[in-house]
Amino acid sequence: MTLNQLMFVLFGLMLIVFGILTVTSRRILRAAVYLLFVLVSTAGLYFMLNYQFLAAVQLTLYAGGIVVLIIFSILLTSHISQKFEPVGLKKSIFSALAAITGAIVTIVTILDFQFSATAEAAREIDMKVIGKSLLATGRDGYVLPFEVISILLIAAMIAAIVVAKKGGPKKSVSDN
Amino acid sequence: MNAGIPLSYFLILAALMFFTGIYGFLTRRNLITILMSVELILNSVNINMLAFNRYLYPHKLEGFFFSLFVIAVAASEAAVAIAIIINIYRRFTTINVEDVNEMKY
Repeated sequence: MTLNQLMFVLFGLMLIVFGILTVTSRRILRAAVYLLFVLVSTAGLYFMLNYQFLAAVQLTLYAGGIVVLIIFSILLTSHISQKFEPVGLKKSIFSALAAITGAIVTIVTILDFQFSATAEAAREIDMKVIGKSLLATGRDGYVLPFEVISILLIAAMIAAIVVAKKGGPKKSVSDN
Repeated sequence: MNAGIPLSYFLILAALMFFTGIYGFLTRRNLITILMSVELILNSVNINMLAFNRYLYPHKLEGFFFSLFVIAVAASEAAVAIAIIINIYRRFTTINVEDVNEMKY
């Protein structure tokens, strides 16, 4: 077993184990910390696929941004020592059945399918290529999705401020 | 970096992660944990697209940029979802999906 495969097995095990802990843990803050481990090992997989920029984005934006946002909202909305009630047996059995069936179907399809790679030479995606492609029109240009995503981010920021600001306790609702 | 690892290993890993997220989405009762399951699902899709880009079409950029945009969409989705969750908490003092069953006010 080479070092590559060892690292892949390590990241894969972390991903699966902490993913399952994320969706089954009965303490919400622990679930958020397990989610952090899942996101970090996903960034490790991006490094293994040789996409350094995306791994850095994953680490800063997901592990640094979204997880902190989630932890803050947990602190605002729930009590730390509170534990969830265990999921009903019937519900958890049927959900697990649905998930396992879907996973088996997908995995069998993946193993059955013959993927054929192209013979073209690989192209390294460095910062220069990313910057030029994001602002280029035409072939390999992504200026339209870039503009759309910038409008989406503005809209999301304004929407988050507006939604979180208004409201209050139920009695003062009628005067807005 | 990925020598000796077949493409299907990455795809199987992403599929397992995806269906872990589906399981959490179906069983969880708390809005924030449902949001965390959605993040798991989005991440597994990203792994898929990057693996396809690296193994099958290494001369193209589509998978890379699609996952970049998915990350941006996931960030804005988390921001709006958490704003809505905090608003719901103010109004109902709970974020359990079974207790939040009226939209009219």
